[in-house]
Amino acid sequence: MHWELEVTLFIFLVAAALLALESRNLLTAVVSLTVFSFLSALLYVAMGAVDVGFTEAVVGGGVSGVLFVVTIFKTTRTCRD
Amino acid sequence: MSGLEFFVGHYAYWFVVALLVLGLYGMIVKRNFVKKLIGMTIFQVAVIIFFISSAVKKGATIPIADKAVGTAESGLYVNPLQHTLMLTAIVVGVATAGVGYALLVTIFRRFRTLNEPELMERMRREREAAEKQGNDA
Repeated sequence: MHWELEVTLFIFLVAAALLALESRNLLTAVVSLTVFSFLSALLYVAMGAVDVGFTEAVVGGGVSGVLFVVTIFKTTRTCRD
Repeated sequence: MSGLEFFVGHYAYWFVVALLVLGLYGMIVKRNFVKKLIGMTIFQVAVIIFFISSAVKKGATIPIADKAVGTAESGLYVNPLQHTLMLTAIVVGVATAGVGYALLVTIFRRFRTLNEPELMERMRREREAAEKQGNDA
């Protein structure tokens, strides 16, 4: 609908994905992935998909992030790549 | 059609391809299993964005019946078919990721590592030790 808003969100989305993949600390990676999920929810709303937007915000930004943090605290936090 | 117009007209596809490549890179190149799961999540979001962007119509509003817009002209609403499909895909994706987390915790409890080459080495050593024990007995 508004291409300037969508391009800005896309650029932040790619930046968050890069940060999530490249950080050595896994907790940083997981927080970046939650930011990525929330930005994608904003993008869905900008594209007119409000139902998908709030499902992604609840499930991707909430449940998935909590599960990931629990996994990391049950395993290890360091990562070599 | 100039280069800038071509980019602006198809920008969603370029960014979706970039995210798909990032997700594949995370799943194939990264050696840590948590990073592989993160790559899978990114890949999944890229596919969902591709479907959602195919539903967008120029000058259309969100797919909720509005008295001011009316329901006679369906072109005034964004296509809701892709939205319902992707709603299911998000929930299924979280279930898949949940199985992945459970596998990661199980692997770490048994082998004390989440690094792929290290895990392969430890599995090989464990198998050799078991074979040796079988030969001795």
